[in-house]
Amino acid sequence: MKIEIRNGRLVDPKHGIDRVTTLYIAAGKVAAVGAAPAQWHPNRTIDAAGLVVCPGLIDLSARLREPGFEYKATLESEMAAAVAGGVTSLACPPDTDPPLDEPGLVQMLKHRARSLNQAHVYPVGALTVGLKGESLTEMGELAEAGCVAFSHAEAPLVDTQVLYRALQYAATFGYRVWLRPQDAHLGRGGVAHDGEVATRLGLAAIPPSAETIALAVIFALVRETGVGVHLCRLSTADGVAMIRAARKDGLPVTCDVAVHHLHLCDVDIGWFDPQCHLVPPLRGTRDRAALRAGLADGTIDLVCSDHTPVDDDGKQVPFGESEPGATGLELLLPLTLKWAAEEKVGLPAALARITAVPAAILGLDAGHLAVGQPADVCVFDPAAHWLVEPKALKSQGKNTPFLGLEVPGRVRCTLVGGQVVYEGPGT
Amino acid sequence: MRNPQLDAKGELTHLLTLEGLPAEVIVRILDTAVPFTSIAERDVKKVPLLRGKAVFNLFFENSTRTRTTFEIAAKRLSADVINLNIGASSTTKGETLLDTVDNLVAMNADMFVVRHAQSGAPHLIAAHLNRTGRTHVHVVNAGDGRHAHPTQGLLDLFTIRHYKRDFRNLTVAIVGDVLHSRVARSLIHGLTTMGTPDVRAIGPQTLLPTALQALGVRVCNDMREGLKGCDVVVMLRLQSERMRGALLPSAGEFFKHYGLTPEKLAYAKPDAIVMHPGPMNRGVEIDSAVADGERAVILPQVTFGIAVRMAVLSMLAGNG
Repeated sequence: MKIEIRNGRLVDPKHGIDRVTTLYIAAGKVAAVGAAPAQWHPNRTIDAAGLVVCPGLIDLSARLREPGFEYKATLESEMAAAVAGGVTSLACPPDTDPPLDEPGLVQMLKHRARSLNQAHVYPVGALTVGLKGESLTEMGELAEAGCVAFSHAEAPLVDTQVLYRALQYAATFGYRVWLRPQDAHLGRGGVAHDGEVATRLGLAAIPPSAETIALAVIFALVRETGVGVHLCRLSTADGVAMIRAARKDGLPVTCDVAVHHLHLCDVDIGWFDPQCHLVPPLRGTRDRAALRAGLADGTIDLVCSDHTPVDDDGKQVPFGESEPGATGLELLLPLTLKWAAEEKVGLPAALARITAVPAAILGLDAGHLAVGQPADVCVFDPAAHWLVEPKALKSQGKNTPFLGLEVPGRVRCTLVGGQVVYEGPGT
Repeated sequence: MRNPQLDAKGELTHLLTLEGLPAEVIVRILDTAVPFTSIAERDVKKVPLLRGKAVFNLFFENSTRTRTTFEIAAKRLSADVINLNIGASSTTKGETLLDTVDNLVAMNADMFVVRHAQSGAPHLIAAHLNRTGRTHVHVVNAGDGRHAHPTQGLLDLFTIRHYKRDFRNLTVAIVGDVLHSRVARSLIHGLTTMGTPDVRAIGPQTLLPTALQALGVRVCNDMREGLKGCDVVVMLRLQSERMRGALLPSAGEFFKHYGLTPEKLAYAKPDAIVMHPGPMNRGVEIDSAVADGERAVILPQVTFGIAVRMAVLSMLAGNG
C-alpha cells in the first residue's frame, strides 16, 4: 500500500519541519518527504491542501476502562475515539478493575488492542500490588509484558517508605515512575478546589497544599535517590513554581497537565455541574494562568487528555457523588490548538507537546516523521471549528464540560502504520 | 447556565438558594408571610391556596423539625402532603435520585420539598425538571449538604425584621460551625442582599471555610471581640461528629470559647436578640440561661418558619 499525502502543511516538531510539502508512505513507513521516491505509483492520494499533516498524537493518559468498567467504555469505543482525535499512541493508567498489576492482564490488554489494529496502546503498570500502596508489583514481569512505566494512578500512596523503595527498585532496572502529586490526607473527601466556589457551594475542599506537600515529598526522594520521576496532572500555581525551581536545580523531573485544566477553573462548576468534577480539581484563575504559562515556557513538558469516560449514571447525580473525569481523546488536539492560539504559541511548538515530547517521556521512537519511521500520521484542518455534542463524539463517554462549545481543529484523517484508520467528514 | 430557580421571565419557579435572589423577591416573600402568622391563631387554621396540589416531602436525610414545619405549612394551605423519608433506602435498591423524582412526577407531584446530604441535589432535580420541560413542578430546597437552607434563611430574616425593623443598620454575628452550615450560608446571602452592613462569622479556624470573606463576611476568631456591638446573635448547631476528624478537641472546650453565656452576651448590645436554628445543644453552643432568657427568640423563629414556608409554597404555586 502506497499513500501520498499531498500539499499539506507538514509540521514535524522534532525535526523542525514546517512547510507545505508532500508525504510519501510505503510499506507502512515514511518513504520520503518532498520528492517522490523512484518508481512511485501511489495506491491512494490524499489531498491535504489547506490541512496540517503532523505525527500522530501521543496521549500520556487515556482510560480505556478495560478490564472491569466495560459499562463505561470498551476498547472498541475508545480506540475509535482515539483515532478520531488523531491520537495514534496512548498510555493507559493502571486503575482498571482489577488494576494492571499482573502480566496476564497487561498481555490481554495489549493483545485486545493489537487485534483492533488502531492506535498503539502502552499500558502503565501498577507500582504496588492492587494499587494498595503496600507491596511492590513484579515490575520486571510487567515490563516484559509491555508496561512502559509504573504509576499509582489516583490511588493514595500513603506510606513514604513504600514510595521510597518503589522509586529505588524501579530505578535499579531503569523503569520510569509516574506520580500524581496529591497528599492522601489533605485531599480526603474533597471534591473541589479550596476557594470561593467551594465556600459558596458548600463542597468539601482540597487545598492547594495537597499538591505542594506531595511535590515536596517527591522532590526530597528524587534528590536523595537520584531517581527521575514524571509528575502527572499539575493543578496549582504553587506547584508549577516548585517544578520550575526544581528543574533549575537540575532535579530529574518532568511533568504534564491535563488539557481541561488549561481552559477551565473552579468558577466553571457554576451551579454544581458534575461535568466539571475532575481530578485533580479545577482550581482558581491564578492557577489556570500559571498552568497555561508553564506549558508555554516549558516548565510543563506536555499536555495529555486524561481521558476518562463516565456514563450518565455516574454524572446525573449530585456533584459530590458524581464520578470525576471527562472524556478527552477527541478534544486533546482542539483544546491544545485553542490554548496555543490564545497564548500565541506557534503550531510546531504546540504540536510538540502532544507528539515528540510525550514520545520522549514514554521512551518511544515515535512522534516524528523521519524517513523509515512507522507512518503514524494525523491530518487535520486547523481552521475548521466543530460543535462538541454527544453525537459528534465517538467515545462512549459523552461527559465533557465542553458540551455545547465550538472548538478549533477537525481531524480529517488518521494513519497508523501507514494504514488509514480514520477518515472524518469532509475528507 | 442560568440559575435554575428562575424561569425565562426571571420569576421564581424553584427556591434553591438565597444567593443571587433579588432583594425585592425576598421582601415579597417576607411580606407574603406576615398575614400567614395570624392564621395559626384562628379557629380554622386553613386557607385554600394550595387546594388540590400534591406536595411531596422528599427527605433523603433525617429531619423532624423542618419536615414537620413544611408539612404544617402545606396542610394549612390545604395541599395534600405526602411524606417520603427515603434515607438511604431507595439508593440501596439501586434507584437513582432522578429516577425517584421521575416516578413521583408520574404520580402527579406538584411540588417537591427536598432535603439531601449532598450539596446541590435540589439543583440537580430542578435542572432535570426544567430540561425535560416539566416546569409546572416546583422544587423547594429544605437543606442540601453544606450549601443552602433558603427557607431557614428566610425565616431568620423574617425574625430579624420582626424585632429590628431595618436590615440596613444592623450588626449580625453568626457563631460556630460555619464550615458545615447551610443555615449560615443562606443567612449570609440573605443579609448581604438586604443591605446589612456588618455580618460577622465567629468560630475557630477549623470551622470557618477558607474564602468566607468573599461572601461579604468579617471573620473573627475571638467571640467576645466578635460580639461587640451586635444587634443579632445567631448560634449554629454543633454536630457531635465534629469532635472526630480533628476539627475540635471537645465539646467542653468549644463551649468555653464559643458557647453563648450571659457573660459573653453582655458584649453585644443590650437589646440584642439571640437566634438558633435548632435543635439546640444546651451546654455545647448555648447556655440554658441564654436559651431560656428574655433575649432569645428561638421559639418565635419556629412559629415564623411555618408562615415563611407557607409564603414560599403559595408563591411558587402562583399566588402572589
